Amino acid sequence: MLGQIIFYVFAGITVLSAGVVAFSRKLVYSVFALLFTFFGVAGLYVFLEADFLAAVQLLIYVGGVLVLLLFGIMLTNRVADINISQGNTNRIVGGIASLGMLGITLYILFDTPWNTIGEKVMPETVSTIGELLMTRWLLPFEAASVLLLAALIGAAMLARRSGEGEGA
Amino acid sequence: MNHLLVYLIIGAILFVLGLFTVISRRNAIAVLMGVELILNAANINFVAFAKFSSATLDGHIFGIFVIILAAAEAAVALAIVLNIYNNFRTINVDEASSLRG
Repeated sequence: MLGQIIFYVFAGITVLSAGVVAFSRKLVYSVFALLFTFFGVAGLYVFLEADFLAAVQLLIYVGGVLVLLLFGIMLTNRVADINISQGNTNRIVGGIASLGMLGITLYILFDTPWNTIGEKVMPETVSTIGELLMTRWLLPFEAASVLLLAALIGAAMLARRSGEGEGA
Repeated sequence: MNHLLVYLIIGAILFVLGLFTVISRRNAIAVLMGVELILNAANINFVAFAKFSSATLDGHIFGIFVIILAAAEAAVALAIVLNIYNNFRTINVDEASSLRG
């Protein structure tokens, strides 16, 4: 019972703060609402017995991506201004498209007989994920490492001010 | 009710909100936030299906790769946004349109 209440609290936090991200007029509010969305999603992962993924979500999204977004906002606006507004375009077109998408998705969700298995215990996450990454998913793992290296070099190269060194 | 459908509905709502953010925002960083919402929605679906219809950890692995890609994408996209800001003095995606034919 208590677990269900906590689950719905997490679900509510996720959906409501995502709504703030989508509809808030102030950019900084959107970013901090995104923080709560990531927390809520991490909580949902815990309910799905994905504890490793929840930890990764907190570390990378909250610790990495969100800080990066905040840096982006601070570097591209007047820093002291908390009321950085964000104009909107295409509100009507976007609303129609999004509502249509929601309708189609919900129709499919309720219409499909989902093939679920009963209560099965998930394998232990951390050690199993480590094993899988080193055996079955070794090639994607290595490809991801190359991709991260490329992203690292590319981002440093792009963000460098032109004038220091050649090019860029 | 810890049921598959609840997670799928949450994922659908997150996806639609992210889609709306991407379509309606003009600030490039806000568009990026919408993309992050969409990726999180997809991740919830992966993990939910991993628990409710396979009971293996392949969905978790896929989720980890999605998170890796999201981090790399955010880093590169923000570098590009900073470059656009240096060149155009704005990150409004409608105004930075010098490639428009």
